[in-house]
Amino acid sequence: MTNTMSTSIVAQLQQQHTITALVENHAGVLARVAGLFARRGYNIESLAVSVTDKEEISRMTIVVGGDHRVLEQITKQLNKLVEVIKVVDYTETAAVERELALIKVNAEPKDRAEIMQVVEIFRGRIIDMSDKTFIVEVTGSTDKLDKITHLLESYGIRELVRTGIIAMARGAKTASRSGRDGE
Amino acid sequence: MKLSGAQILLECLRQEEVTHIFGYPGGAVLPIYDAIFDCHDIKHILVRHEQGAAHMADGFARSTGKVGVCLATSGPGATNLVTGIATAYMDSIPMVAITGQVRTSAIGKDAFQEADITGITMPITKHNFLVKKVEDLAGVLAEAFYIARSGRPGPVLVDIPLDVSKNQIEFDPASYSKQVIIPSYKPASPSSRIPELQIRKAATLIAEAQRPVLYVGGGAIASGAQEEVTALAERTNILTTTTLLGKGAIDETHSLSMGMLGMHGTAYANHAVNQADLLIAVGARFDDRVTGNVDKFATGAKIIHIDIDPAEIGKVIQPDVPIVGDVKAILAELLKHVAPRPADAWNDTIMEWKRRFPLSYPDDGKLYAEYAIQQIGEMFDHDCIMATDVGQHQMWAAQYFKCRRPRQWVTSGGLGTMGFGLPAAIGAQFGNPDKRVICLSGDGSFQMMTQELMTATVYAQPVVTVIINNKSLGMVRQWQEMFYSERYSQVDLQASPDFVKLCEAYGGVGLRATTPAELRDALVKAKAVTDRPVVIDCVVPTEENVYPMIPSGQTVSEMLVKTDLELVKASVHADGSEWSFSHEEAVLAQYVEVANAVALEATEA
Ligand SMILES: Cc1ncc(C[n+]2csc(CCOP(=O)(O)OP(=O)(O)O)c2C)c(N)n1
Repeated sequence: MTNTMSTSIVAQLQQQHTITALVENHAGVLARVAGLFARRGYNIESLAVSVTDKEEISRMTIVVGGDHRVLEQITKQLNKLVEVIKVVDYTETAAVERELALIKVNAEPKDRAEIMQVVEIFRGRIIDMSDKTFIVEVTGSTDKLDKITHLLESYGIRELVRTGIIAMARGAKTASRSGRDGE
Repeated sequence: MKLSGAQILLECLRQEEVTHIFGYPGGAVLPIYDAIFDCHDIKHILVRHEQGAAHMADGFARSTGKVGVCLATSGPGATNLVTGIATAYMDSIPMVAITGQVRTSAIGKDAFQEADITGITMPITKHNFLVKKVEDLAGVLAEAFYIARSGRPGPVLVDIPLDVSKNQIEFDPASYSKQVIIPSYKPASPSSRIPELQIRKAATLIAEAQRPVLYVGGGAIASGAQEEVTALAERTNILTTTTLLGKGAIDETHSLSMGMLGMHGTAYANHAVNQADLLIAVGARFDDRVTGNVDKFATGAKIIHIDIDPAEIGKVIQPDVPIVGDVKAILAELLKHVAPRPADAWNDTIMEWKRRFPLSYPDDGKLYAEYAIQQIGEMFDHDCIMATDVGQHQMWAAQYFKCRRPRQWVTSGGLGTMGFGLPAAIGAQFGNPDKRVICLSGDGSFQMMTQELMTATVYAQPVVTVIINNKSLGMVRQWQEMFYSERYSQVDLQASPDFVKLCEAYGGVGLRATTPAELRDALVKAKAVTDRPVVIDCVVPTEENVYPMIPSGQTVSEMLVKTDLELVKASVHADGSEWSFSHEEAVLAQYVEVANAVALEATEA
């Protein structure tokens, strides 16, 4: 495992963990996972579900709050679900974490140049425009998205949607090959 | 051969060596019941309420170790199973519950008798399935049975829509395989790799311990580890306590058995655990009824935790040596590494506690529940299966019914389901035709599943129900007395049916006992009945309470015990050698007239 001091300290401080669950692509799996979190009182900060390179497997990326012991229990309880194939915890791993946001922001003609500059700095894109608004698309870490959202707030945000984090370990390691609790 | 889904279902049950289905028909399972009409090797037991079917399957499973099977129709039939499934889930009992469902094309349309039973039972099953097409049915059933019995066992529900059981496909029973591979499900099994290093660490802790205690739960029963548990206790002379579900993991008449621990456990078991420097937890889960206040539970002890379920490790208490695996296999390996240890001063201390704080009840000629339970044990040579309901009588049974072997004890521990006793006893009787099965019930609990007496009569099952009739919801009454200033709210059951006549009306034998002699008489008569159910209405005083008791969320130092003389709060000093008694006026004023005398005598002793 690649440990970087800074990631683990940050994770400890924020008490937030990104975990990935590879699950059988069956109807009802999402309900089982969500039900488990609700039942045991774990807080889901964000959840992203998608297909993987294998048709029969889905991937859930879940950001959860809680200390080390809570995370351990969550991991073990998830592993107990019959349809959960593997759970990977990215807390101590060098991983890329990304999220995408669509932000509909007020764009009066006088503000447009300024907004475009902000979007530029955050490497976002303006993907729709009306006489009063822009839709800004921006990708990045949660932190980065928080920052641009904050900056755009001064113009007036009309609507905001974020995908939730997806994560992947850096290097050659893959979720399906790294270690699993209990194996 | 072309078979319908219903016929395939029965073929699969046959392959799984299912002998009994406890069930109740209805619209969505008509094709299944039509197939049952032609089925003569698997016995279908027609119950009177689906909850009864679930508890019977559960009692069958607990007493035999096999997977219990129940069957119900869609909607209300399925929801009636829910309490029974939850009961099995909380106690990790292998069960397959089969429910009918509306036809696949009607699912989600609020069809007649549609209930989302897979959604409803998601949190109370180990896993569940909705079978969408008949081609999937056999595979799903194989997985269901495999999941139910493997790893940490549990109930699995299979929901079968009407058209799936009706549709026909080509099916070869020989193609059915019990050897299932589910890539996402890899539970530990007896053949899993043994964690040698952890076992050595555990052996070292055992060798170093001054005050070890063995704490054994239902996992030891599930894995059939009674021989290993006993061998470990005997080799090391470590005194052993079991949980409510662990009863029978060691012969309770064994000199190394301390009986049950926890809220209503024996004083000596609780003192031993509290002062232990090593706690070996075997297939147990540190339930709150065992630990009380977790922060103050066995604070001086290192902990070895052996369990098949990795999620149990660290859930409540962080062990020093966690060992994940099949309890029987782990203990067998551990036995190779532990050296014999002679009984020492620690054993003497516990024996002294045992002498000082025995279980006791008044000897005043009246009929008490504790006496009745002891008499049942003696009358049936301690060889009967004892099923219980929930309440004071259950705790007295846990204290006074000495299990000689595993699977003799059938009780709802985790969920504490009133109404469990009678149907569970009937299920156990079907699974053990050569054994006598007793149901110890309360006047409250019995009235929750009384109708199953009819099932017992119809199938000539000679279950003997002893109702500990205290004319009250005793356990609730006890809590109201102790913690709610005797404000008795809705616990008075004065108006109950005449249980003797009631049983006769159901075609059984009804008896009543109000004195110890009448009780002995009634038991003799009951023993002679072998073709129908018996109910003994055992009339006892209302005001009796279960002791010892550690009030909820508290610690051993708050334990209330009864001594020869009176009820007192007893604590022992940390060095395990001295005694002091104290009492809290608020709770104990009515009991402690002579407590001072006891305290004096005790400090002098
Ligand atoms: C289905 C259900 N409802 C309510 C309770 C709460 N409860 C626990 S013990 C008890 C009283 C049981 O009375 P009884 O069966 O007469 O037994 P006793 O305590 O008098 O021996 C009650 C109501 C329960 N455990 N289960």
